[in-house]
Amino acid sequence: MQQGKYRFVTGFLIVPVVLYAVFMIWPYMQTFGYSFTNWQGQSQEMSFVGLDNYTALFSDSVFLKALWHNILLLFFLPVATILLALFFAYMVNVGGRGGAGGIRGVAGSGFYKILFFVPHVLSIAILAVLWRAIYRGDVAGLINGVFIKLGLSDPAHPIEWLNEPDLVLWCVAFVLLWWGVGFYLVLFSAAMQSVPKEIYEAALLDGASRTQSFFRVTLPLLWDTVQTAWVYLAILAMDCFALISVMTPGNSYGGGPDHNSEVMATYLMRNFLSFGKSGYACAMGVVILGLTLILSLVTLRISRRERIEY
Amino acid sequence: MSNTRTIDGVAKDAVPGPRDAKNGARPQGAGGKGDDEGKVLNVFSHGFLILWSVMIVLPLIWLLLGSFKTDTEIGSSAWSWPSNWNFDAFGRAWEKGIGDYFANTLIVLVFSIPLTMLLGAMAAYVLARYEFPGNRFFYYFFVAGAMFPVYLGLVPLYFLIDMLGMLNTYQGLILVYVAYSLPFTVFFMHAFFRTLPTAIHEAAVIDGASHTRIFFQVMVPMAKPGLLSVGIFNVLGQWNQYILPMTLMQQQSGFDKDRSVLTQGLVLLNQQQGYEGDLPVIFAGMTIAMLPVIVVYLSFQRQVQSGLTAGTLK
Repeated sequence: MQQGKYRFVTGFLIVPVVLYAVFMIWPYMQTFGYSFTNWQGQSQEMSFVGLDNYTALFSDSVFLKALWHNILLLFFLPVATILLALFFAYMVNVGGRGGAGGIRGVAGSGFYKILFFVPHVLSIAILAVLWRAIYRGDVAGLINGVFIKLGLSDPAHPIEWLNEPDLVLWCVAFVLLWWGVGFYLVLFSAAMQSVPKEIYEAALLDGASRTQSFFRVTLPLLWDTVQTAWVYLAILAMDCFALISVMTPGNSYGGGPDHNSEVMATYLMRNFLSFGKSGYACAMGVVILGLTLILSLVTLRISRRERIEY
Repeated sequence: MSNTRTIDGVAKDAVPGPRDAKNGARPQGAGGKGDDEGKVLNVFSHGFLILWSVMIVLPLIWLLLGSFKTDTEIGSSAWSWPSNWNFDAFGRAWEKGIGDYFANTLIVLVFSIPLTMLLGAMAAYVLARYEFPGNRFFYYFFVAGAMFPVYLGLVPLYFLIDMLGMLNTYQGLILVYVAYSLPFTVFFMHAFFRTLPTAIHEAAVIDGASHTRIFFQVMVPMAKPGLLSVGIFNVLGQWNQYILPMTLMQQQSGFDKDRSVLTQGLVLLNQQQGYEGDLPVIFAGMTIAMLPVIVVYLSFQRQVQSGLTAGTLK
């Protein structure tokens, strides 16, 4: 049996490893090399330009704007999503009180868990097309419809959500919030359910209010999961390509009005597919990776706490 | 809401000592305050939960209704009600290419999903159950892939697929989908194969079964629940993929057949019909693209939630 082992292991590993290395790892590695060239794509003609692409990036005002938008999203998207999801998860799992056990979710918690998750199974392309219609700048848009019904905006001059320079980025961020909250609700619920009920009951018997038991009991015990959620949301905030390119105005791949919703991914795709600046686009890919890695490391370091065993 | 009062009351009656001591420490009457806080919080939290439910359901219902409206009904007000309930817009959306895009997506998934599952399970099994030099290396090699943003590899990937002559071909997209799905599949199935008991494996060895036979006839059947979870995860992920087909499935030089997948086609339809002013077609197209995932989700709701969240929980 032993002598056949290595042949078997090799036989089972070779196809997956080759496929994965060729189509995923190799392109990832090539990007680093190309980012030091002035490659235009198509032809293999290129010359080594050293760090020129990177210095050009950091004096490219559009790129800097895009970078700033990603950084804004990197901060606000995780904060908003995690807070809202934690609040909902707490309500759904331990928010209701009473009954024999004393600790349970509010009524209908199973239903909320199923419903809130629905946006997360929709593709990002559907989200983009759907929300583009919802944000329409005339009376036909769903949000303007609601605002007019509530008397919050003037039917003659509805708000042009996606054409307002100050609003457009936050409109897109809201879609990501809408999409993500249900997912993190389920994630935090799973984590909360692995906490023994006795801990909550003890806090309850000691007279802790719900607010107190949330901040003193739930949050510390969930810290690991919150931290992971932060990293994943940060990776998400570095993307946003589909939403921006479909929802926002702009020549190719959105980003408008006047680059007010530009993110690195849309600028990368425009440079690559419209301007044919492949080397430059590769340098942006490396910056996206760098920022993601820095952010994950910082998150893991800042939020490092003593692990609570239970 | 009145439950809070009861439990506080019970607590107060049953254990008067500590409770009184607590009240003493908080002179403003902690019991009554707790009740009020409970009530306010209940109204508040239910309010929020209901508000968020409305915010999820309303756009989806609005979308569905939109596929039955006329162009003018959609354009004139957000709250107009469809005047006639026929399926014209669905038919038009289908003719405008949604049917083809749907078929393209299915063709890709019919090959990519079984291939992903087979290769992923094979690699995960070997890595989980066999000791050999480099085992750890290959495990991390696979799992690391999930850490990188897709944009890092996009430009070289495009030229690689171009070089292989596989731009705008099904096989190109299938291979890329499989490669991009391997990290999570290997990660998940690795954890799953580790939980399976070793005794059965040993019994099969004593019975003289070969390694390959043990995998296909013993391990795979036992791993069915795990395969189902990760399978649904991959179906949803590949069905919803946008950036990869956007880059790799662009129509080439006019005479090539359009092999756009559904998500791409939907965005395309949105652009074209936006200019032509046929809005119901967009709404119908979205409904068509959305229904399969919603049906899959509602039927496998538990597996979908566990499959998707397992990727995040380590």
